[in-house]
Amino acid sequence: MNVKELALKLEKNKKLIAGHRSCSGCGFPQIVRAILASTDKPIVASCATGCLEVTTTIYPFSSWDIPFIHSAFENSASTISGVESAFRALKKKGKITEDVKFVAFGGDGGTYDIGLQSLSGALERGHDFLYVCYDNEAYMNTGIQRSSATPLGASTTTAPAGKVHKGKEEFRKDFAKVCVAHNIPYVAQASVSNLIDLTAKAEKAFSIKGPKVLLVLQPCTLGWRYPSDKTIEIAKLAVESKFWPLYEVENGKYKLTYKPSKEVPVIEFIKTQGRFKHLLKPENKMIVDKIQENVNSEWEKLVKLSV
Amino acid sequence: MSNVKALTGGEAVAEAMRQINPDVVAAYPITPQTIIMQKFADFHADGLVDSELVRVESEHSAMSCCVGASAGGARTITATASAGLALMWEILGVASGLRLPIVMAVANRALSAPINIHCDHSDAMGARDSGWIMLFSEGGQEAYENMMLAVRLAERKDVLLPVMVNLDGFITSHGVENITVYDDDKIKGFVGEISANKPLLDIKNPVTYGPLQLQDYYFETRSQQIPAMENAKKAYLEIGKELSSITGKEYGFVEKYQTEDAKAIIVAMNSTAGTTKAVVDKLREKGKKVGLLKIRMFRPFPYSEVMEALQNTKAVAVLDRALSFGANAPLFGEIKNSLYELKKRPALFSCVYGLGGKNIYESDVEEVFKKLSKKELGLINYIGLRE
Repeated sequence: MNVKELALKLEKNKKLIAGHRSCSGCGFPQIVRAILASTDKPIVASCATGCLEVTTTIYPFSSWDIPFIHSAFENSASTISGVESAFRALKKKGKITEDVKFVAFGGDGGTYDIGLQSLSGALERGHDFLYVCYDNEAYMNTGIQRSSATPLGASTTTAPAGKVHKGKEEFRKDFAKVCVAHNIPYVAQASVSNLIDLTAKAEKAFSIKGPKVLLVLQPCTLGWRYPSDKTIEIAKLAVESKFWPLYEVENGKYKLTYKPSKEVPVIEFIKTQGRFKHLLKPENKMIVDKIQENVNSEWEKLVKLSV
Repeated sequence: MSNVKALTGGEAVAEAMRQINPDVVAAYPITPQTIIMQKFADFHADGLVDSELVRVESEHSAMSCCVGASAGGARTITATASAGLALMWEILGVASGLRLPIVMAVANRALSAPINIHCDHSDAMGARDSGWIMLFSEGGQEAYENMMLAVRLAERKDVLLPVMVNLDGFITSHGVENITVYDDDKIKGFVGEISANKPLLDIKNPVTYGPLQLQDYYFETRSQQIPAMENAKKAYLEIGKELSSITGKEYGFVEKYQTEDAKAIIVAMNSTAGTTKAVVDKLREKGKKVGLLKIRMFRPFPYSEVMEALQNTKAVAVLDRALSFGANAPLFGEIKNSLYELKKRPALFSCVYGLGGKNIYESDVEEVFKKLSKKELGLINYIGLRE
């Protein structure tokens, strides 16, 4: 698919319609639209509490032109597993005849942290659904608190950069591997900066029966602290610097879906954002080095796995 | 044809679930375990029900899955107890707030700490303001019948609220009784098919469930549960009457047992009502004018029916199998509220008993009646509590 075809497809399939109140420069409307446009079948969505839910369903309005349910923060996956079970029960009884696709959305907090158990359970039970995490690497909706997706060194409101502590002191959780360990048919990492790759992954996911997980990097203007016109550029730098590799794991088989053509040091990504500002001070160079080392070793592992 | 079977209360509930044959059952078996799900899983394994049985990984997910299934338009049932109900707490309010007619059996058991798996009503009382209709069951038979009643009540268009069917943990859930199981076809006819209200799976008419409502709408939406609860009372009586034609029983908000001319009345719920009935019979034989008021419906609470039942008596003791630390015990508080409008109120005493499954014997109940008749009880009494 080329960019023009993709643009036409997204224009034709606007299931998340205009009028929502996400921030200027927010990445998730594009992510959600691309996901929802990646199947011709009717689709039902659940969503965890978070930015996506609160900005798209402010009563008495809703941006969702598809059946949509929000229940709580930690249960997007268990909620959709209930809807999908209802679908199977009602289909068996002939009360529903059409084929329906199910998608659950959650932010990184609702996925990596508080929603981990509910997602793990739903994956293990084998429900036929796609779980999409829009990953902006912190609890952005509630004011930029640290999550287990927050990268090393990032300053957040609960792990701020101070005189002694320099932001988050741990590496982020490698959540794709957590999902892969469930032996589900499809896990992938994508980025809002590459919608062709994202759409191809979503299309593939919808064509596979069973549980699928798609982790999509989504820079956040407020939390990452950058001008709102830089979202795609920064997401691209995350990919080019190998901070956020694009790959998929189909039936346990790893495949890099994009290989950066030239070396981009991770500092190029880091220096675009206010959350990493303190890392630019000479005394904090060792943290940047640590991040670079980690990026290098993770990439090497990934390349080996992808053979 | 109805059929008498020796069943535990848990099995009786499972039997009701077999006859109801819900579309979706989502449950977690532990915290603590009850026989309900195991028995239902047997029915499922043998193809006696065609429900989708979702074995979730926690009670939080059980209720979340029920929310999704019920919103989807499926008739949905679950069961839990104790810590499991506590873990569901957040989603209990989602279920009632989204007006989802989920039915849940609760084998009432103590909450931690200390950890204890035996009967008391702390679990249900902790959930009493979560917007669920709450029915209590004296024994397995009532629990069995309450399950079918609950399905119809929850799904009534003017109600649309989840219903909790309570039965005493261990005492009822694990105790074997002779249970009259009514004819499958009759129960099937009584429960009928669900006609879901704006289901999520009505693909052609998309709806948004669970939107964000702020200062401008939240109160208005939440307050719609008030008339729904009010409607539940009328609906309960009407549906109860229909169920009567199968069972021959009466389904009131309360059961008045020898209260008409009673000078002293004990108010109780669940299995202790049965124990109290035995004591009432014994004391009546001796010419003592005592009676029992059994509360069958705790939410909505039948204030006027309680007032009417207690207005002519001299003294009332309320047996609570739960505490509300720093406040009136839960049932006692409600009974006290019920009597406020009476010009001449009976003397009222609170008796807390049986926490963590501590037995209450007929002799304990007899003692309460004896002291109650002489008004020798303290305002608040703890039965069976060692010093």
